[in-house]
Amino acid sequence: MAETTGTATSETAVENGEDGVRRRDFINIAALGAAGVGGTAVLLPLVSQMAPSEDVLAESSTEVDVSGIEPGQAIKAIFRKQPLFVKRLTDAEIAEANAVDVGSLREAETLDDRTKEGNRDILVTMGVCTHLGCVPLGAAEGEVKGEYGGYFCPCHGSHYDTAGRIRKGPAPTNLLVPEYEFTSETVIQVG
Amino acid sequence: MSFPWAREYKPANGFTQFLDERLPLPRLVYNAVGAGYPVPRNLSYMWNFGVLAGFFLVVQIVTGVVLAMHYAANAEVAFATTEHIMRDVNWGWLMRYAHANGASFFFIVVYIHIFRGLFYSSYKAPREMIWLLGVVIFLLMMATAFMGYVLPWGQMSFWGAKVITGLFGAIPLVGEPLQVWLVGGFAPDNAALNRFFSLHFLLPFVIAGVVILHIWALHIPGSSNPTGVEVKKESDTLPFHPYYTAKDGFGLGVVLIFFMLFVFFMPNMLGHPDNYIEANPLATPAHIVPEWYFYPFYAILRAFTFDFILSAKLWGVLAMFASILVWFFLPWLDKSPVRSGHYRPLFRKFFWFGLIPTMIVLFICGGAPAEEPFVMISQIATAYYFLHFLVILPIISSIEKPEPLPYSITEAVLGHDDDAKLGAVSATKA
Amino acid sequence: MIRIIGALVGLGFTFVVMWAFGNGAYNAITEDHVPAAEYTYYKKPVAPAGGFQQDGPFGTWDLAQLQRGYQVYKEVCAACHSMKFVAFRDMADLGYNEDEVKALAAQVQVPGIDPNTGEATTRPALPIDYFPSPYPNNVAAAAANNNAIPPDLSLMAKARGDGTNYIYSLLTGYGPIPAELKADFPDFDTPTGLYFNQYFPNLNLAMAPPITSDGQVTYADGTEATVDQMSKDVAAFMTWTAEPTLVKRKQTGWPVLGFLLFATILAFLSKKQIWSAVKPKKS
Repeated sequence: MAETTGTATSETAVENGEDGVRRRDFINIAALGAAGVGGTAVLLPLVSQMAPSEDVLAESSTEVDVSGIEPGQAIKAIFRKQPLFVKRLTDAEIAEANAVDVGSLREAETLDDRTKEGNRDILVTMGVCTHLGCVPLGAAEGEVKGEYGGYFCPCHGSHYDTAGRIRKGPAPTNLLVPEYEFTSETVIQVG
Repeated sequence: MSFPWAREYKPANGFTQFLDERLPLPRLVYNAVGAGYPVPRNLSYMWNFGVLAGFFLVVQIVTGVVLAMHYAANAEVAFATTEHIMRDVNWGWLMRYAHANGASFFFIVVYIHIFRGLFYSSYKAPREMIWLLGVVIFLLMMATAFMGYVLPWGQMSFWGAKVITGLFGAIPLVGEPLQVWLVGGFAPDNAALNRFFSLHFLLPFVIAGVVILHIWALHIPGSSNPTGVEVKKESDTLPFHPYYTAKDGFGLGVVLIFFMLFVFFMPNMLGHPDNYIEANPLATPAHIVPEWYFYPFYAILRAFTFDFILSAKLWGVLAMFASILVWFFLPWLDKSPVRSGHYRPLFRKFFWFGLIPTMIVLFICGGAPAEEPFVMISQIATAYYFLHFLVILPIISSIEKPEPLPYSITEAVLGHDDDAKLGAVSATKA
Repeated sequence: MIRIIGALVGLGFTFVVMWAFGNGAYNAITEDHVPAAEYTYYKKPVAPAGGFQQDGPFGTWDLAQLQRGYQVYKEVCAACHSMKFVAFRDMADLGYNEDEVKALAAQVQVPGIDPNTGEATTRPALPIDYFPSPYPNNVAAAAANNNAIPPDLSLMAKARGDGTNYIYSLLTGYGPIPAELKADFPDFDTPTGLYFNQYFPNLNLAMAPPITSDGQVTYADGTEATVDQMSKDVAAFMTWTAEPTLVKRKQTGWPVLGFLLFATILAFLSKKQIWSAVKPKKS
């Protein structure tokens, strides 16, 4: 309110010096200002009701047991209603990922940046192509893994390498690694 | 629009000039609710309620659209999604309480608007069409409110739907097939819930359309006023803006305070606890009542308890519909040349000591359980209700001797009107 | 013409409704009106001594009481009654932190699916889970309870008039049939399997007294668990489950009302000022 009344006084003072006129304008502008503030305040609930509701927000963590994943295999889990890829890399895949010149990548990240200390073979990424959100292939047995042996998005032909980094195609960034931690030797909690 | 002295819209700058020549929307607003619309200068606060009704229509549409974003019209989950709105959706509780109490306030405001029209005979020529459209709006509101109350799928929702659609079963021959067709089954379920949701979403926009016609029709003769004397000249009027925009703004503030008192501090007071129990087709609540704004009509429905040639049920249904339909004929039932109840001594007595107490009694009886003495009281009130509009009103309009009217609105406001030497003299004599 | 038809229609409706009135009045005079015990001896809910902290326009939750109430619900009511709209995550409102909510949830088993075989099984609840139902379906609930399905309690405090006090009164209102009632209605009796309670609309209730003795639960905060205290606590807890936003609602209401009052005064002054030019001068 202080804001509205403030502008009202300065405007009327500039416009008119006479006392009665100033008072009149002041009251009318203050009343209009109050209506404006009230109307704006109503927007708060009207806008925020579209934001995720509490039950949706509460679902934003997922636990995955990684003990059953064999090297070279991946499983798909669900995190925030989107696919999550958890893959156990083979030694060959780790070596291939580490052999890449990081400077040549579209988004410069090493495999170590994208995995956790002590579990360098566990690669956790969102299964969401960073181009337009399709689910890349390569997680399930027998799917096309793309030219770089990782993931391949069939929608517009983005190729990801064994560390889930974008190597070819329209996608702008590497597959997102969500926040996660190992809550035990074999269980990760995402989110 | 109507008076020769109405100020003409003048575009203030190049942009509005451009607009005025292509899509004269600012001109329309200026002539409808701006400085270009001359309004009688003597309107009382009773004339605020039309604008307020429009305001609550907007409140209902805005909150309703928001609620529809979170609600699911399926009998399995309707109750749960309503609770989802109350518990998990950001500010969902506020939206739902504002919508539920907004409906009540919409009706409060509209009832005052209607009874203002009845007291000041605002339905008389040349304003019949405004009145008829108004009754149509009221009927649409009733249908919309009824279907909206079914959506949370609580006990009252379900049994309200069952009882009200059951009314149609009273119609001879086609009644039962009609009832089954209306609910799309033998009892309300998914089919009924879905069509009610669809229509509950659609009808408010139909109402908005009829409201536009209602306002359009109003702008032809202009507003009536507390004296009932037609506008004669410029000194009888004031431009709508700023005079009535300011007055309406203040009235809106007062009503909003009461509205918010209900929304924030007693949001369930006008509702029924039973509607927080999920619909159960196997158990009827002990005491089924509609929302409070239907009480008078519900009382009339229940007043017919004994068969007379036709079944009591059919009489009740006929009377309930007739009690509103009778309003359509008011302009032709009340032929008194004087409009305002202020100058009609007999009419005034029957209005304040007949119609208003009757409506209050019907309100009370409609919400009371169907037992004595409420049934007998509502029967007397129902009888008076029909007598008032169909017998008493036509008779007093022919036998009554009205009190002298002021010559003009100007005279009514200022106490004198220099144009009215003759009229002023006769007024003082009487 | 309209007026003649109208008058006939009006007189017609009047005649029929007065016909009903006459018949009704005749019946009322000639037939004996038998009062029912349910009308005469039903008692309106009463508030416990001291009331509830959440009552009134400035009310706030008594978090310790809500926690105690949850304990009563879990240890007593939950054996038969579901609370399907309340999730464990909601318990954060009762003053529990994230770990405590997880621990509370984990104490309760909810239906789950074995991730390897897909068979139905049970697992410890997670915060996102809703309170489990004691019965798999209504048929099982009815079979276990003499055909009376225990109602869901999530909304009970809003689903009865004066709900919070109703719950409290009902829980403390069991007792023998009073002698006056027996004197007035010698035929009145509580059928086998039902229990007499004057706060229940038809006086006979299928629920056995759930809170029967002091110390039925052991409160962690040292509050003495009398029957009255437990009833009060669980009534407060059910008020919260019925409307978790109750306190937030009232607390939002005050600034809104204050602002509206201020804006309305401004609007009034503005209206007065605008109209001052055209108001007739008082002579």
